[in-house]
Amino acid sequence: MEDFLNAFALLSNFVLVPAIAYGSQLALGALGVTLVFGILRFSNFAHGDTMAFGTMFTILATWWLQSLGVNLGPLPTALLALPVGILVCAIYVLICDRMVYKFYRKQKADPVIYLIASVGVMFVTNGIVRFIIGPDDQNFSDGQRFIIKARDFKTMTGLSEGISIKVSQGLTVVTVIIVVTALFWFLNKTRTGKSMRAYSDNEDLALLSGINPDKVVAVTWILAAALATIAGTLYGLDKSFKPFTYFQLLLPIFASAIVGGLGNPLGAIAGAFVIAFSEIMVTYAYKRFAGYLLPEEWLSGGLLQLLSTDYKFAVSFIILLLVLLFRPTGIFKGTGV
Amino acid sequence: MKSAMKNVFLFSIMAALIVFVGQYQSWNLALSILNLCLISAVMALGVNIQWGYAGLFNVGVMGFAAMGGLAAMLISVSPVREAWSAGGVGVIIGLFILISTVLAAVFSYKKMAKSPLRALLIVFICVVGYFILRSVVDPATSAIEKVNPASTGYLGGLGLPILLAWPVGGLFAGAVAWVVGKITLGLRTDYLAIATLGISEIIVAVLKHEDWLTRGVKNVTGLSRPVPYEIGLQKSEWFLSLSQRLGANHVTFSSIFVKLCYAGLFTIVLLIVLWLSEKALRSPWGRMMRAIRDNEVSANAMGKDITARHLQVFVLGSIVVGIAGAMLTTLDGQLTPSTYQPLRFTFLIWVMVIVGGSGNNWGAVLGGFVIWFFWIEAEPLGLWLMDLITSGMDADSPLRAHLIESAAHMRLMTMGLILLLALRFSPRGLIPEKVGRHH
Repeated sequence: MEDFLNAFALLSNFVLVPAIAYGSQLALGALGVTLVFGILRFSNFAHGDTMAFGTMFTILATWWLQSLGVNLGPLPTALLALPVGILVCAIYVLICDRMVYKFYRKQKADPVIYLIASVGVMFVTNGIVRFIIGPDDQNFSDGQRFIIKARDFKTMTGLSEGISIKVSQGLTVVTVIIVVTALFWFLNKTRTGKSMRAYSDNEDLALLSGINPDKVVAVTWILAAALATIAGTLYGLDKSFKPFTYFQLLLPIFASAIVGGLGNPLGAIAGAFVIAFSEIMVTYAYKRFAGYLLPEEWLSGGLLQLLSTDYKFAVSFIILLLVLLFRPTGIFKGTGV
Repeated sequence: MKSAMKNVFLFSIMAALIVFVGQYQSWNLALSILNLCLISAVMALGVNIQWGYAGLFNVGVMGFAAMGGLAAMLISVSPVREAWSAGGVGVIIGLFILISTVLAAVFSYKKMAKSPLRALLIVFICVVGYFILRSVVDPATSAIEKVNPASTGYLGGLGLPILLAWPVGGLFAGAVAWVVGKITLGLRTDYLAIATLGISEIIVAVLKHEDWLTRGVKNVTGLSRPVPYEIGLQKSEWFLSLSQRLGANHVTFSSIFVKLCYAGLFTIVLLIVLWLSEKALRSPWGRMMRAIRDNEVSANAMGKDITARHLQVFVLGSIVVGIAGAMLTTLDGQLTPSTYQPLRFTFLIWVMVIVGGSGNNWGAVLGGFVIWFFWIEAEPLGLWLMDLITSGMDADSPLRAHLIESAAHMRLMTMGLILLLALRFSPRGLIPEKVGRHH
């Protein structure tokens, strides 16, 4: 029995907890992508760099607050700086929309033109981020590091394996629950949210019934910017901030949105957890886990790792291909093919 | 004829710019820019075949170029006999297991009706195949990596002339494109874009981490060359007398001579690809491709198999990109997986095609030249600009130091702006696509 509990603790520590945190971060990113897709009808390649942009301003504000001696005690100061990041990021994407995308919207351009334009925006955003904060790693987390330390868990339960939960992980889950609840409340209960859903379902009908498209588009961008900044900041707190990593997050984020069904917010969340859990489960080395459950003579010398962590992107890619092969509209029906 | 004059004019400006660099910076630099311009032009032609002819958005140019680079290494490096005897058999058996797993999965996909059972069976076949593969290949690769890891630790290649790698690189890239295209073409354009983004990241990850194949980040240096070596030239009689006759320093001239040889080879490839592309564009096949691009529904109604044609053109374009990738690695003389960056290898090529003129091969070539030239020259220009802006500031002000230090990142921003401006104000590019005459 104790072996079984130890195995469970081990798995929770290295798979369950990190995957829930990572999945939550991906979910916020994928929600942003899927919202933009649902309303503006293109895949926004600049989303990863928008995350980096918002996070950068959060970091700058954090540093400023830290220099003033302001902090939140056990919680990271970045939480206090988050509104600044969201605000600047929202202004930035609105400017981008006005200068870049609006023109193509008026022209009713092909979606692929938006895609190329978003690549241009991605370049510019990436350049701005590197210009201001540089291409290197930045660490901005402060406050307490752990909610539960592995050692405390061990003394508490008497097991030989501990579970540690970082503050950033706990914070991620709590924030995501709040943000997602607020988002769904907004989309389902408020007038603006309902008009967004109507616009996403059928643009012409929505316009006929007097919905103001400019407002819908602006609200979408603000939501996307807020989601991107929150996701980026949480990811940065949990791991670290490096502009190129945020560009690379684009693939798992898109995979989450497509696996769940592009344009479907609920799907984006489900997709994000599918991707996060597969990525971490497939790249985890099960040697010690198996050591608790299997008789010793069954074990071979290997690490029992399905795929090296170097290939974690391959996991989201393969899931993406499987979904495209067998169910191109995603798990939940998205706007689809 | 007016447009022809304009094109000649544009190309001569480009030539004048390169000559200008030669005169005022150095001819060595001018020729290295020219060589990379030529390679970029071939790559841009490849992307233009996909985007300009068929409207396919490939975000994985980097991966296909890397396949070409891999081919250059695998063809030219001589085999490491010890490594082959240590794990060669295991790797070859692994390859057979891989092929048979894929065949079994494809066979069950084709032969069974669409059902959850089929999906389960295919997943099962893949998982079992994967485990058998790993159990055979893992010991073999770790044995290979243990063979003298400081200098080899990999299987090496075939030891053939590196020129042979250019077509092989094309084949490698084409094969990958076929697999990706087979799955994603026929769905939304976005899906192709994201899938190609993914495959290119994975290809580069494989090059970086599979040490037994590519030595990973330890790099394979000293690839053989298709042209003479500088040292050899400096020792040969005819070369010394030639440089004396031209009144040039023989050391500088030897490196210029080598670069000229490369430029000659690259120009031949560029001309062949350009000629074939033009031929194809003007053929009934090219007209059909443009018809599909401009109106898929009506082309489909005329009985054209759109997905199959898209697959064809996607593979063809990727082959061209693969050839260019092999040329690039040949020029570098080494395979350095960590240099494959998406901004440099994928998105820069896109800027070239959009700025040059999508759908027009000459436009793509010109775009390749112009954008590469500015990509290289943006750095000195940016530094100069920053110096100018900050000249009023205190010499040791931190803001000034930061601005000058960050000047290098300006080029990403500049490229993005160029792309956005071109797309907005000159969407048909410097040399627009010729629209057929209406009778």
